Amino acid sequence: MRSGVIAQKMGMTRVFTDAGEHVPVTVLRLAKCQVVAHRTAEKNGYVALQLGSGTRKPKNISKAERGNFAIAQVEPKRKVVEFRVSDDSVIPVGAEITADHFLIGQFVDVTGTSTGKGFAGGMKRWNFGGLRATHGVSVSHRSIGSTGGRQDPGKTFKNKKMPGHMGVDRITTLNLKVIQLDVERGLILVEGAVPGVKGGWITVRDAVKKALPKDAPKPGKFRVAETAGTVASAAPADAAPAQEGA
Amino acid sequence: MDIIQEIEAEQAAKLSAGKTIPDFQAGDTLIVNVKVREGDKTRIQAYEGVCIARNGGGLNESFTVRKISYGEGVERVFPLYSPMVDSITLVRRGKVRRAKLYYLRNLRGKAARIVEKQDHREDAAVKPAKKAKAS
Repeated sequence: MRSGVIAQKMGMTRVFTDAGEHVPVTVLRLAKCQVVAHRTAEKNGYVALQLGSGTRKPKNISKAERGNFAIAQVEPKRKVVEFRVSDDSVIPVGAEITADHFLIGQFVDVTGTSTGKGFAGGMKRWNFGGLRATHGVSVSHRSIGSTGGRQDPGKTFKNKKMPGHMGVDRITTLNLKVIQLDVERGLILVEGAVPGVKGGWITVRDAVKKALPKDAPKPGKFRVAETAGTVASAAPADAAPAQEGA
Repeated sequence: MDIIQEIEAEQAAKLSAGKTIPDFQAGDTLIVNVKVREGDKTRIQAYEGVCIARNGGGLNESFTVRKISYGEGVERVFPLYSPMVDSITLVRRGKVRRAKLYYLRNLRGKAARIVEKQDHREDAAVKPAKKAKAS
């Protein structure tokens, strides 16, 4: 199991294919998505990578957090997420994951926090039909109607769909196709909509319900920069083989 | 410029490379050369009519062309940057007072004509040249 990445939703646009069809896409950007820490079987009982993305001013984070980032020698991150990985897919701390971690045509699962809708009625929240427009209905055209039986149950059952807070939920959209990649700008274009607002943080992982393409980079595609001024572009190709998998 | 606009500008530049999109507006008569796929071959089909609307902006811009085909009104909407649009030729400029000529849908025959735009300015030498090329 490979690691996912943290990305930022930039918005939607369209892409024309050579056949003339247009594909609606969501643009996701990797904002310096780096490995911050490891979770190991010996120490934590499970294997995972802690990734961080975005930037945050050092003065605005707690001393404890600052300490964690200092150990990894990465800049303070806005968003930190753990990804469970298999033993052979561990990426070294400090490595920055690049957009070609995924392949064009590959399917990915995207998890985000949906747009907040506030206190929503039954029609918006549960697709209720509402009441009639005429025939004596007054004031309550969008009401939910009856909520239960008569004397017999004598109560409204639990989990009855009712008005209430809607949105700001964790939503995973499965099987979105990767349409384009831009390594330099760190962009991933996936087909269709992605949960959440523009600028929201989302996680992108290999699709669980589709087979991973054979030629997918195995521990992942990343660059190990800032080590005594090495050429950053040469690093990922050398670092990708199994010598890093520990 | 935000990243979405950047991507759209790049796409528009890529798609319009090698073809010139004339500066047309609602009321103008156009010939749109459309790529038609038949099996595995593509050929070009001309579609001539009056542009009755331009919608959207940037990469998302589209235009509607209306014509009367065998007594039946036909409207087609083309994305301006669609790869299926091979080329657009401006045939005739029309004098209209609206941006959207949806009222033409209710008119037939003589009433549905559009007066040609007369440009008397001296610096407008570009337009007759374009017209002459098309006709």
